Amino acid sequence: MELQRVSLDKGADLIGFRKAVRGLVARKVPPDGVIWNAGGETDFFGTVIDEDAPPISLSRALGTMVDQVICHRDPQRYAMLYRLIWRVLQGERALLDIASDPLVHALEMMRKSVRRDLHKMHAFLRFRQTADPDGAERYVAWFEPDDYIVEATSNFFIERYRGLRWSILTPVGSLHWDREKLVIGPPGQRSDAPESDAFEAAWRSYYESTFNPARVNTKMMRTEMPKKYWLNLPETQAIPDLVRSAPARVREMIARGAAMPVKRNPDRAVAAMAQQEPQSLAELNNLIAASEPLVPGADHAVLGEGPEGAAICFVGEQPGDQEDIEGHPFVGPAGQVLLGELTALGIDRGDVYLTNAVKHFKFEQRGKRRIHRSPSTGEVKHYRWWLMKELSFVRPRLVVALGATAALALTGKPVSVTKARGERLLGDWPGYVTVHPAYLLRLPDEAAKQQALMDFRADLEKIKALAA
Amino acid sequence: MDDKLAAKLRTLADAAKYDASCASSGAPKRSAGVDGLGSTSNGICHAYTPDGRCISLLKILLTNYCLFDCAYCINRRSSNVKRARFTVDEVVSLTVNFYKRNYIEGLFLSSGIIRSPDYTMEQMMLVAKKLRREQGFAGYIHLKTIPEASPWLIEQAGRWADRLSINVELPTEQSLKELAPEKNGATIATAMGQIKERITEAKEDKRRFSPAGQSTQIIVGADTTTDASVLQTTSSLYKNYALRRVYYAAFSPIPEASAILPLKPPPLQRENRLYQADWLLRFYGFTPEEISSGGDNGMLDLEVDPKLAWALKNRHRFPLDVNTADREMLLRVPGLGVRAIDRIMTVRRHTTLRLADVARLTSGVKRLLPFLITLDHHPTKLSDRQDLRRLLVAPPRQASLF
Repeated sequence: MELQRVSLDKGADLIGFRKAVRGLVARKVPPDGVIWNAGGETDFFGTVIDEDAPPISLSRALGTMVDQVICHRDPQRYAMLYRLIWRVLQGERALLDIASDPLVHALEMMRKSVRRDLHKMHAFLRFRQTADPDGAERYVAWFEPDDYIVEATSNFFIERYRGLRWSILTPVGSLHWDREKLVIGPPGQRSDAPESDAFEAAWRSYYESTFNPARVNTKMMRTEMPKKYWLNLPETQAIPDLVRSAPARVREMIARGAAMPVKRNPDRAVAAMAQQEPQSLAELNNLIAASEPLVPGADHAVLGEGPEGAAICFVGEQPGDQEDIEGHPFVGPAGQVLLGELTALGIDRGDVYLTNAVKHFKFEQRGKRRIHRSPSTGEVKHYRWWLMKELSFVRPRLVVALGATAALALTGKPVSVTKARGERLLGDWPGYVTVHPAYLLRLPDEAAKQQALMDFRADLEKIKALAA
Repeated sequence: MDDKLAAKLRTLADAAKYDASCASSGAPKRSAGVDGLGSTSNGICHAYTPDGRCISLLKILLTNYCLFDCAYCINRRSSNVKRARFTVDEVVSLTVNFYKRNYIEGLFLSSGIIRSPDYTMEQMMLVAKKLRREQGFAGYIHLKTIPEASPWLIEQAGRWADRLSINVELPTEQSLKELAPEKNGATIATAMGQIKERITEAKEDKRRFSPAGQSTQIIVGADTTTDASVLQTTSSLYKNYALRRVYYAAFSPIPEASAILPLKPPPLQRENRLYQADWLLRFYGFTPEEISSGGDNGMLDLEVDPKLAWALKNRHRFPLDVNTADREMLLRVPGLGVRAIDRIMTVRRHTTLRLADVARLTSGVKRLLPFLITLDHHPTKLSDRQDLRRLLVAPPRQASLF
């Protein structure tokens, strides 16, 4: 068969290569029957490729291999890739799995080299700040990649610098981003990029200061940051001086020896460190109020309320919609049930301490409604330290866990209310476990609701007696 | 940037450089929002300094004023080092400006203890929060966590940081007592335990809490602890706290050194061997005892890597046939790495491997020759040689410049 000649554009001509492969496969041209011209010049003897050859299906792994190797600078890449595709189509289905095959290995090395080039471009490209004619800031970089990776790299820089305007200039093409659209432009020149940047001196200072003269290892540095990149890396200007002065710096350090402190010991400040924790309930509450919510939803905390030294402390789950709006615990429907029952027992709101395991209202917004979401175990634990600290200031005679979340917060372990209901130690505190009053409101069956209410009342009576 | 700020940067970068951890990987994939800045990667080193270490993150201290007095630390309160302090906004602005120029992957913030551990930790947390909230910063943030700070600050810090780390600093409680009087092993363990629990819970809930896990650092060579003991500590740290990484920092002579610690060159080769051993623990199924048995008196062999050292002491288990041996056994062959072995396992299903094939799968062929059988290579004579060790030991390198 006559030799087929294929001409492709300069660079990573994926479209041209795909089209060529389709045509060659359709005409059953073996790899040895093709001459690939990747120079971008029109080849007058070139074969006209059938525009409408049917597409061929390649595995995803093979497709990725083509996409990446095609960026390599080696002019042989098209021939090698076609040979690989040909062998797979000829029945060597698992060829890519055989990493020890010389062709697969060679292509794998090329792929690795392209990846490395991409990686080095992500790492060693340096932007310099300049301004567009309209005054908006723009960041411009000059970079010289080994392979045809300029387009392949664009996503990385868009994802990273979406909110900036930037341009990347290279000898083989340029990228321009205006915060919305990417424009692929013609090659640029080093002189098109700004000559300096206001932060370069600071960057170089950082580079010099983070170097440890006692561990000089320039071989490692050169392996990872080959000299060919240095021209575009402003910090590398510091290298000769750093290396030259390192031995003397270390010698001097060792010669100077141990130093006696010139300042006296800050004994009082050191002692004061022990006092860092909040010293009162008010201080603790300030901390809680100033902190970010650790559950999604509300933006402010609903703090515990009641007198320090109250005989009973009731711990609920978390503030609800009403509590969040009013900024007080136990003012919603469930709170009213609890407080109504307490009043019947002759206990006023002001007699007890009321607080929640989680100090923020966790909810999901649905239209205008805020739907209560139970906190997860992990979220309850985020708030545990605060609750423990709170109890240490209130020092109640009895801690009442209203529901499973409160019991979890108090003990640090999951607790089944049905099994644990009644008097028991909650952490270090004498405690009592009962249902959350919201449970009473949720029961659909009237008879069951009445029964549950009776049980709850009986619990509250026992609680009153225990705290007396 | 004005001169005062530049001077601070010098002081506070210099003060931070003794912490070895620089990883910027492991964070969930993120990219910049419409007006935001930054993305995460699998770890990019933006520059290398002449000590061969990479610059991935802006590694600085918020301040190097410190109330603690840890003998190995340049910033201890009794040191005469020059002091400086950044404001929260200065760190935020520096991070953003460096990031915009593609100098860094993000921020690694640590600090000396000023006023109190709580106060300091809160300031560090504020930096992270401002970066995320006010700058829409999606790059990497590593916060060095102060174990003496109140637990609620850790609960908060994990929301903003990609990684939290607490340095155990010294491998034994005894050394900690002697060299770091304000530190306490139990406090460190509690804080690491808290972080581990929160990370696990958050993962279950699909919430964000230190998503790139936690790491720690052990200083090597400041006390008399053996490698065997360091590896025991490491192994239990990985087990108990699900750490992503343990970093080893060869104790480096520092300016303004303390009188309790002798000034001597950092044991760099020892540090290197410990990193190799660490890899064997995590990916190669070695126990700390097996690794230590490759050396003598609890110290790793400095001449050969720990895997080769173990193989030389266990020659009866070799050579292994590359075409039939189990994965677990291949992991023990010097010169074969995890990736090469994964490839071998795949290739083996399709073909029988010759030495040239193996050579295409690993770069460690020279080392594996006495330990591996291929279709065309049977090293019985080589494996039985008395002077095998001498053959495999690399010729001595030029001594370092001390």
